[in-house]
Amino acid sequence: MRRSSLIRSLLRKVCLMKGIEAFQELLPLLGDEPVVHANGYICRESFTLKDREANFYMIGSMGLASSIGLGVALCKPDRKVIVLDGDGNVLMALGTLAMIAAEAPKNLVHVVIDNEVYESTGSQRTLSNTVPLEQIAKSSGYRQAARVDKKEDIKPAFEKMLNSEGPGFLLIKVEPCFDRKTGRVTHTPEEITNRFIKSLR
Amino acid sequence: MVEESNVSSLTSQTFIDRLIRENFKFFTGVPCSLLSGLISCLEETEEAKYVPSVREDSAVGLCAGAYLAGALPVLLMQNSGLGYCLNAFTSLNLIYRIPVLVIMSWRGQGGKDAPEHIIMGDINQKLLETAGMDYSVLKPENCDQVLETAMRKINEEKLPYTLLVEKGLFDERH
Repeated sequence: MRRSSLIRSLLRKVCLMKGIEAFQELLPLLGDEPVVHANGYICRESFTLKDREANFYMIGSMGLASSIGLGVALCKPDRKVIVLDGDGNVLMALGTLAMIAAEAPKNLVHVVIDNEVYESTGSQRTLSNTVPLEQIAKSSGYRQAARVDKKEDIKPAFEKMLNSEGPGFLLIKVEPCFDRKTGRVTHTPEEITNRFIKSLR
Repeated sequence: MVEESNVSSLTSQTFIDRLIRENFKFFTGVPCSLLSGLISCLEETEEAKYVPSVREDSAVGLCAGAYLAGALPVLLMQNSGLGYCLNAFTSLNLIYRIPVLVIMSWRGQGGKDAPEHIIMGDINQKLLETAGMDYSVLKPENCDQVLETAMRKINEEKLPYTLLVEKGLFDERH
């Protein structure tokens, strides 16, 4: 490991919140909003902390949480829709950021838990340690884009996003520390579909 | 002569009107010249929404979201996009039972096309079959029947259905 990246990784460890702390801050702020979850630990952490009928958990199709969320937001303009994404997922579907910006749904909030690695496959690095995703969203045309590094900043930043005209993009920088013992989503994919549809009626 | 009159009754406009009557109001996709007439009609109508997608798999996601929110979605794409979509179809639509009507142009049919289309043109049906995804080749004379089959697949089995569009079926506008 190069010295500069060693220092950066040490700094991250000292300064950043753990992924689970971001979820612990964020999830109590949710009301009845539909939340589309990216695959991997995003789903598992959220499911384990607080399962909701209005949660759509993706177990595969990496990269598509954002486009699914866009589809929901466009067809339910009277509901706030949240995408709970990861950095690997966003990078896999960067073009979807342009689609969201172009369609500009006012009711979409795109939250990204950014741990800079593909954690569920063994923490191989993504590109988000050097590529600022919130700036890509901002320059694509999201109406709001913000980055949060501290746990205490999540609540005000998220509430501001939720109450502002979207699309909004909230990047939350976290330290990778997923507990591999965290359970997997136990609902079948069909059950996830049916209860999510029901919650949107 | 009967066949000719059938041919003239299926146009980009009549087909889009028909889909809208079946309550398909949410369209997205990545263009193909063979589908350019259809997309023109969609851009001109107030009764349906057309969202340009950047990739076919993003379009699959978009359609899935639209369906979950109560719409009946249509995905327009070239068969080359099938390669990009297979994972989305198999790990999203097929296991979550999220239907979508796919309108897929058949480039490379019969080996007569630009080189990049030849292999996919030869295997697109086999790929759909291998993935367990039902399809029909859309013809002027079978339009009613295949739409009925598609609606059954979508409404009852909650699975995707693909209509393959051969060159010359719809007008090309470019």
